[in-house]
Amino acid sequence: MLQVDFKKQLDHFSLTMQFRLDKEILALVGSSGSGKTTLLNCIAGIVHPDVGEISLNERKFYSDDQKPLKIQKRKVGYLFQDYALFPHLTVEQNILYAVPRESAIAHITELTKILGITGLLGKYPHQISGGEKQRVALTRSLAAQPDILLLDEPFSALDDANRDRCQNELLRIHEKWQIPIIFVTHRIADAEKLADRIMRIEKGQMTEETAR
Amino acid sequence: MMAYDLSPLWLSLRVAVISTLFVFIVSLALARFMSRRDFFGKSFLEALILLPLVLPPTVIGFGLIVLFGVNGPLGILLEQWFGFRVVFTWIGAAIASFVVSLPLMYQSVLAAFEKVDPRWENVARTMGVSEWRIFRTITFPLAWSGILAGLILAFARGIGEFGATLMIAGYIPGVTETIPLAIYFAYEAGDMEKSLFWVLIVSSLGIAAITWVNYWRKKTAVRIGRE
Repeated sequence: MLQVDFKKQLDHFSLTMQFRLDKEILALVGSSGSGKTTLLNCIAGIVHPDVGEISLNERKFYSDDQKPLKIQKRKVGYLFQDYALFPHLTVEQNILYAVPRESAIAHITELTKILGITGLLGKYPHQISGGEKQRVALTRSLAAQPDILLLDEPFSALDDANRDRCQNELLRIHEKWQIPIIFVTHRIADAEKLADRIMRIEKGQMTEETAR
Repeated sequence: MMAYDLSPLWLSLRVAVISTLFVFIVSLALARFMSRRDFFGKSFLEALILLPLVLPPTVIGFGLIVLFGVNGPLGILLEQWFGFRVVFTWIGAAIASFVVSLPLMYQSVLAAFEKVDPRWENVARTMGVSEWRIFRTITFPLAWSGILAGLILAFARGIGEFGATLMIAGYIPGVTETIPLAIYFAYEAGDMEKSLFWVLIVSSLGIAAITWVNYWRKKTAVRIGRE
């Protein structure tokens, strides 16, 4: 279970977050600059709260009374906005970048099949489309078998057909993996289709909305 | 054209290669540190690194003599610990080259590191990868074109160093006579043909270096825009 209870001062407001998340899908909605990505960054460890606590399955990521857990030790899968694929590595090298040799190969093969990217393995990121990049980035974020998955506007660059396909794949992955997933979106329709819970963040304040 | 003693060419190459090697290591560490940390006095430290770009070479030479001269603090240490002198040796020439080419390399490497999107490093961190491996496999390869351009500029600057070299290493034919010194002292002696010979050699090296830099800048632009 993910437990989040922290405050962080941003430029124009204070981000105040308090929620618990079991093995569910949580959608974060809200206008640009409201603090959604900062919340993901705090969970991942890229930035730290000013005060409070973040923990996942009893592992403390951040707490006032101890040093923040290093990003490398959090076991977080993070799909950045625009995907952030390593441009000098092939799709296969991107996916296997952090995977120890000879381990988890079956799991990666399964992922590449589920997400339909087997034919792209030898290509570089600049040689594939936006939808393909999204699937590669999702595969990469799952390759190291994370305990939680954070997705920052994963569907924003996709056309309707690709968006539908990727969303269905995400639901399948969630059903199989049973880990908490948090995704940021601007489209209420995406949130309603995918999420068990929807949270709106405006100027750093959260309010929980409808459930799926 | 008569045959000339080529020792200035070999000495210049030795001085430039060794100074560039140290410039490479130091500027990489400095640029990495400066691109990731904010601290009190950072601007002042950066100004110190870049100072040789705007100082007259004689001032740099004077500073090196004060530091590395037989009575200078570093000169005394080096003589006591390692038993060698810097003044009037090719090592003095290498140190002069190091000081003048470090800011050029530092600027290139810093710009190259800053072009590497921090998200690439962050995504690697979330995958559990160590900082050293991230530097080796993500940051360095993606900054390589800029680093190489800096290396070529630093090497060319090292080959061409004159003023500070003359002050700390002096002009001893066969010992500290680099190409720029050979040009100057041949001209002083009225040997225009010898001067011209070395001018052509050093100009050719310079043109080759600039051509490489331009070539790699174009390649960098293509590479960074790949994704």
